[in-house]
Amino acid sequence: MDVVAAIEDDLFAYALMLGDSALVLGHRLSEWSGFGPTLEEDIALSNMALDLLGQARLCLDYAGKVEGRGRDEDALAFMRDDTDYRNLLICEQPRGDFAVTMVRQLFYAGFMQPCFTSLMASRDSTLAAIAAKAEKEMAYHLRHAGEWVIRLGDGTAESHVRTQRALDEMAIYVAEFFSVSAVERRLVDAGIAADPLSLRRPFEDSITPILKEATLVVPSFAQGQHGGKEGRHGEHLSRLLGEMQVLHRAHPGATW
Amino acid sequence: MVSPAESDVAALVDLARARAVIEAVCDPEIPVLTLADLGVIRSIEQRADGKIEIAITPTYSGCPAMSAITVDLHAALAKAGFDDVTITTVLHPAWTSDWMSATGRAKLRAYGIAPPAAKASRRALFGEEAAPACPQCNSGQTEKISEFGSTACKALWRCLSCREPFDAFKCI
Repeated sequence: MDVVAAIEDDLFAYALMLGDSALVLGHRLSEWSGFGPTLEEDIALSNMALDLLGQARLCLDYAGKVEGRGRDEDALAFMRDDTDYRNLLICEQPRGDFAVTMVRQLFYAGFMQPCFTSLMASRDSTLAAIAAKAEKEMAYHLRHAGEWVIRLGDGTAESHVRTQRALDEMAIYVAEFFSVSAVERRLVDAGIAADPLSLRRPFEDSITPILKEATLVVPSFAQGQHGGKEGRHGEHLSRLLGEMQVLHRAHPGATW
Repeated sequence: MVSPAESDVAALVDLARARAVIEAVCDPEIPVLTLADLGVIRSIEQRADGKIEIAITPTYSGCPAMSAITVDLHAALAKAGFDDVTITTVLHPAWTSDWMSATGRAKLRAYGIAPPAAKASRRALFGEEAAPACPQCNSGQTEKISEFGSTACKALWRCLSCREPFDAFKCI
């Protein structure tokens, strides 16, 4: 019984990690709605935001059910404070210019696509089902971001400089992808979570050729900032949540 | 007095009627397609007490049409006299464009949307897909404008022969 309860606590935390990263990054992408560099790209960014929001809903809905305390996806999204969020730090960084946004998409999709592929074999059937849908979406996002990073890196002098700068700025958040939290360690042993250590190789195999074709200098991913998975965030997340949660908190229980 | 055999037949007739109503409900974003054409209905069952249980699956995780589809299903079934209905969403197995019916593909083309290629492949996800034929003039000379179109399930293309832009259903 205690073993089952412990696994459920871990599963709740893990579903939050997946859901929060998708929710926070989806919110960042949605900030581009109406401001995309072209009409087609504006639509693309909003579509990708929608994919991520969909993944977030599935994960948070499941987290709420695993927790069993009656919290639904909205309660988890809108009524938790920043220290209760478990997203990767890269997701909460400001959207920056278009190069920052695309480099971040490349990193996130380059990591999550093999992560979901691994989760499709999870012993938890709900996570496996969510992963089977999300993996296809991540493959599509990866292709989209890859094409843009090549176009920007191998583009004009200005776009090259900006994309290299974005790459160097975002690189410090990559090491966290492959860090193994205590929750993940136990769930990997239980056959439920994707092993972050096993994802480094597929991540590098998918993004390195893209960065080289983009004529960019591949940064080192050896060291970087950690803490998102344990709830240690920067103030960017607090401000993002302030904007995202204000309506729901001002009008509790409001529906369309 | 109704014999058990007769009530069984009545139940089957009831279920067939419900099935026809459910399958004829249209996708709210691509109204030319029915839910049966789209391949999103996973199961339709009727319990002993008459309750209809439907399982549907989303095309994309964030497909905003799912809640509209649920509302439309309840409304269509209520109109046909089925008031006791539950609709659940199932994720597994994940929807693929392979599940779209041949009728659905023909309807899409007639509507001006290039249907998905016959068989979704992993290679298509990484850009090695064949160019769709223009739904207006059937020319194979087309180019992609954007990976993402007017809904999550479509991309934006342009015909190089007749110069018309068109939506193409993504092959996933």
